[in-house]
This record gives sequence, structure tokens and C-alpha cells, in this order.
Amino acid sequence: MRAVRQVYLDHQAATPLRPEVEEAMRPYFRESFGSASSLHQHGLKARDALARAREQMAAFINAESPEEILFTSDGTESANLAIKGTAWSPKRRGSHFVMSAIEHPAVMGSVEFLEQHGFSATRVGVTAEGLIEPESVRQAIKHETLLVAVHQANHDLGTIQRIDAIAEVTRAQGVPLYVDAEASAGWIPLDVQALGVDLLSFSPHRFGGPKGVGVLYRQRRARLASLLHGGTQENGRRAGTENIPAIVGAGVAAELVGRECARRARQVAGLQERLWSGLQARVPLLRLNGPELGRGRLCANLNLSAEFVEGEGLLLMLDTRGIAVASGTSCVSKSLKVSPVLQAIGLDHGLAQGAILLTLGEQNTESDIDYVLETLPPLVAKLRAMSPIWDEYQQGTTDSVVSPRPAGRPTTR
Amino acid sequence: MSEEHTHDNPVVLDHFLNPRNVGDLADADGVGEVGAVACGDVIRISIKVRDGRIREARFRAFGCGTAIASSSVTTELIRERSVEEALRFSNAEVSAALGGLPAAKSHCPVLAEEAVRAALADYLARKNRS
Repeated sequence: MRAVRQVYLDHQAATPLRPEVEEAMRPYFRESFGSASSLHQHGLKARDALARAREQMAAFINAESPEEILFTSDGTESANLAIKGTAWSPKRRGSHFVMSAIEHPAVMGSVEFLEQHGFSATRVGVTAEGLIEPESVRQAIKHETLLVAVHQANHDLGTIQRIDAIAEVTRAQGVPLYVDAEASAGWIPLDVQALGVDLLSFSPHRFGGPKGVGVLYRQRRARLASLLHGGTQENGRRAGTENIPAIVGAGVAAELVGRECARRARQVAGLQERLWSGLQARVPLLRLNGPELGRGRLCANLNLSAEFVEGEGLLLMLDTRGIAVASGTSCVSKSLKVSPVLQAIGLDHGLAQGAILLTLGEQNTESDIDYVLETLPPLVAKLRAMSPIWDEYQQGTTDSVVSPRPAGRPTTR
Repeated sequence: MSEEHTHDNPVVLDHFLNPRNVGDLADADGVGEVGAVACGDVIRISIKVRDGRIREARFRAFGCGTAIASSSVTTELIRERSVEEALRFSNAEVSAALGGLPAAKSHCPVLAEEAVRAALADYLARKNRS
């Protein structure tokens, strides 16, 4: 295959390791390779590194104390620990969870597992833009509710939730609040004390840190049982030898991104605006799923549906031109064809099948965006030229959902 | 399994990027359209029949890469088949022609087979009317 320009627009899945992070990690593979549990000098070096990373992480989210930082293996483990750890806590009160209908699969899956083991859950619906209304959370809380789990920004739609208002509700009801900040960390400044959250998780690999490490903030009064049993690492809440190089890298990534958060967000918001306005001008019948650009939407996220085109086909074509995006559909499984998030916002199923997810990063440039603007529209046109539904739209027998004419029947009959 | 991804199957990728026989036949003898937008796949196949044989076939598809590739290869496979032979056309032939497909993508050739059957049913219905 001939060399093509590469434009990576899937930063929600992974980001390149920052050179400063790689540099900081390097000594902990071969020179200072000791385990933090060892009593000798090798162990001491690892313990020092661990303590420094914990301080960096506490500063990043303004935790009261570094002891409130737990290192896990990734965001999925953090979510599992937050939810199941609360459920299994010996001092827990109640057996009911409240979460939104558009949580990440790690949150959903953990709660669903507990539902098979005697717990119950209420899934709070969201607006057409994916916003969780604090009042709906209040109404869902019962006497036996032991945790409210919501995200700060939605991984699919980029919707920024009103965590402060939701925290006000949970505080008034005396129910702990777990916030999944996986999609927002690095883009929105995090202040766990100001937000008043009890548990919060995020993953440094989303902002230039390594994979293989996740963070769970636990306010020191929050009840949390360990899911991994063995040694007394992480204050007895997560047994297992610490992944020191990754934790060191995570700490440095958090320190760097904490300093640059506002500048990064501004820079990427400019690219987001350039990409969306450019595509809107060049691709007819294109829908932005989720909120309008601005304060209510993550600056890195664009979830788009090109009507009459299926998302996975578009994704593959973009990939052959060096543009990496994610798909909002899941064509590999017949039973799970549409993302539960797109279903929850009531998006037309045809549009949901066409959804693609573009997530920007700080190393994207304006010229990257311009390459996408010249490459994507002809690919949509090529797929539409093949599409029987586009043909029916041209003939006037099928109507558009994005821009009804009105003529013909809707596509999702 | 490498063939889980369309990119790793050169035959699928070729038919996806360079689809054969795209479009409609202006004077088609039979047209079949199957699937649903809501399910993510719609395939339309048009055929031209002369002397009891499919002489030409065209397709349109809304779907993933494998759905488009399955439709494309199907238009090649059914050409010059008699109507009787084409009625026995099977999705296994599509999978084989594409070099084998993962189970998760098996619905694509099935839909292509259904589209051929629908086009033939349309052809036979028109023939009986005339």
C-alpha cells in the first residue's frame, strides 16, 4: 500500500506517550526496578517514586491528601472497584444504585453484574443531547441507594454533565457520588473538593500517559472494599505489585497536562470548530450528535452521522486514507447494532448506524483538519452513490431525518 | 483471528474499495431489496435475464465493508447462471469467494443471497404477469 498521510482522530481510545513521560519512566524498567513492597534500598526507590506520583495525582485533581489516590490497572478496573467495592463494603447501607442510561460499559457492566447478585439499579434517562438532569437523579434516589454513578463528560456524545448540581443532590440525600472522569480528564480542570465527589476515576493514557495504569480517587471517608486480595498495597484496597514505570509516567503526564489544561482545551476547541464548520459546509445531510459546540460539549469530541451512509464502511474508507476514527455502531454483533448511548438519546436508528466518533488531540494540526476536510466529503459521496437508500432519497421515495423535505417515507420504516 | 477485520482480508478490501457492478439496470427484469436501515444493512440487486440466464447484475448497498464486498462479489457470481441455478445460489459461495468470513460477519453474505432471491422472485412474478 502506498504511503498515505496519517491523521489520528481517536484520542479517546489512546494517545501517544509524551516524550517527557517516556523519559521519566525509563529508569524504572532496569535501574530502579524494585518492588515498592521490598524493605531494601531497591524497594525504597520504588516507594519514593510511588509517593511522588501519588502527590502529582493528588495535585492534579486537588485531593486533600495523596492517600486518597489509588492506582489501578486502567479505567475499567477503577470503575469496577468504585462500584463493586462500594457494594461489598461491610459497612454499606442499602443495595440500590443510581446511574445514567448512557454510562460507559465499565460502569454499566459492573452494575449489571451486581444486579445478578441481589442488587438493584435505576437508570436515569437523559435529554436528546445526552444531559443528565440533576432533578432526575434526585427522583431516582431511594432510601436504600448506596451509590450514584455518573460521568463528567460522555465518552460518545461529549456532553458535559452538571456534576456540581448532581453533587448537591447526592449530598443533600446523603448518598455517595462516583464520577467517571475518563473522557473529561485533561480537558476539564478537576477539583474533587470543589465538586464534592466521593469517588472519581480517570486514565492517564487519555492525555499522554502510558496504558496499564488507572486512578481512583477515594475521599477518605468513602466506604470501599478491595476486590483484589493479597498484599496491603494501595492501603489494602488494591493488592498486587505496583506497575511502577506506568505509575511514574502517569504522575508526570498529570503534572504536565494539569499545567496546560486551559491552553490545550483552547487549541483543540479551535480545531474542533474548524473541523465541524468545514464538514458542515461540505457534507450535505450531516448531523452532529450530542450538544452544540461550546461550553456544553467536550472540546475534543465530534460525533457525526452522515445520513444514508453506514458508519463502519465510512470508517474503513477513512482508514485507507490514513484517517483513524471510531465507529458509533457495532456491526460485528448482530444483536448489538446500535450504541446504547445513541439509543438512549432517541437518535433515529438509521442515523445511529451512520455515526462515527472523531476525538481530537493536542498534536493534531490545522493542516490535519484540512486533510480531513478534503478527504472525507468525497468518501461520503462515494458511499452514498452506492447506497440504495440515497437513491431512494434522490427519487423522492424516502425522506431525510436530518432535513425533512417532506417527501417520501422516513428511512427507518 | 486476523480476518476479524475487513482490512486484513485483501479480497474483501478489494471489493469494498473497487466495487464491481454498482448501480441499477435501467431496464431490469427483476429487482430485489432486502434488509433494513435500522439494522445497518440494505442490499438491492437488479438483474437482466435473457434466454433464461442472468446476463447482467448490479447492486447498491448500505452497510459495512463486508456487506458492500458481499454484494459486489455476488453480482459477479450470479452472472451467466440460469434462473434455476441462481435460485440455488447460496451465501456459502459468497463467503468462499471472499476467502472466508468471520462468524460475526456471516449475516452479510446471507443478506446478499436474500437479495438475489428477491430479485429472482420479482423476475418470476413479472414473467407470470406477462
